[in-house]
Amino acid sequence: MTDAPSTIPVGYDSKIEGNIVHTKLDAAINWMRKSSLWPMPMGLACCAIEMMATACSRYDMSRFGMEVFRFSPRQSDVMIVAGTVTYKMALAVKRIWDQMPEPKWCIAMGACASSGGMYRSYAVLQGIDQLIPVDVYISGCPPRPEALLEGMMRLQKKIDTEHSFVEQKKELIEQLS
Amino acid sequence: MNAAQMVQSLNEKFGDAITATTEFRGEQSVIVRLKSLKPLLRYCRDEMGFDYLIDISSVDHNEQEPRFEMVYELYGLTHHQHLRVKSTVSEDQTVPTVSDLWATANWHEREVFDMMGLHFDGHPDLRRILMWEGYPFHPLRKEFPLAGKPSDMPDVAFSGIAPLEGGPFVTSPSEAGTIEREPRAKSFAET
Repeated sequence: MTDAPSTIPVGYDSKIEGNIVHTKLDAAINWMRKSSLWPMPMGLACCAIEMMATACSRYDMSRFGMEVFRFSPRQSDVMIVAGTVTYKMALAVKRIWDQMPEPKWCIAMGACASSGGMYRSYAVLQGIDQLIPVDVYISGCPPRPEALLEGMMRLQKKIDTEHSFVEQKKELIEQLS
Repeated sequence: MNAAQMVQSLNEKFGDAITATTEFRGEQSVIVRLKSLKPLLRYCRDEMGFDYLIDISSVDHNEQEPRFEMVYELYGLTHHQHLRVKSTVSEDQTVPTVSDLWATANWHEREVFDMMGLHFDGHPDLRRILMWEGYPFHPLRKEFPLAGKPSDMPDVAFSGIAPLEGGPFVTSPSEAGTIEREPRAKSFAET
């Protein structure tokens, strides 16, 4: 039998107490969600090159916790629609969006994804927002990597203002009453 | 033998079937009647060494008759000569396929069929290549509006009308600033 420790911590422990954070559940959830955004790269044109550059070492998205590009929609949080969405591709983009689990966000990167850009033509969807809800639009043709980073950080700020838990609670109370 | 001499010998060989020959900046073009188009192209490949079909394109002359024109760009990889063969096609005519002469013609002719709506006799697989199966229009025809027309194929694709705001979106290349240079709606009346 080993010797019992000479001091047994009871009551106040400054080491543990110092590491406790009081917060709202929504704030904690939002912090977790925004700190590890997993993008789904929907690279359709030249914007995708800038998106790749953003993920590479020079601009390094991982500084902000958004570098885990997933090529499976089932593992992604945010779809970056980067490039020209043709009508032929449009329903494929929608199908992939539908496969992403909630909560999910969408970024329209560049002029084409936001509005059809310079392609006012029979072949191009005039903005991906006609099919799926867009959270952040990034201007540019193509936007520079800094712009994409800025857009992603705007999205993080937007996620920070969500109150999904409060709303769920409200719904639950309404259902029970 | 250079391209000009080849055109000369084509003229001798095909006679009346060749309606015109033109030279522009050293490029030789031969305009041939549609019914002699395929024999002429076959002769070019087999006897004149044009083993490479660079491109096939089609032109819509809209209100002229015959309305369409096929353009074949030939090149010989041994003699390095370039020859352009053209042939006019009216709306009710079909074009003989050359996909049995040059395999690459298969997809080029599918593109012409898709965009311009011309049909090719004897083509092994005449399906749309750029637009989806079931798209009802041929978008490069002159009567088709730039903004497009609405169509819907459930679960496949749909199309709509692009907002043109009074004119096509065009850039204005100049020394002016970005705001002046960037693409904007501009009607032809203004320019």
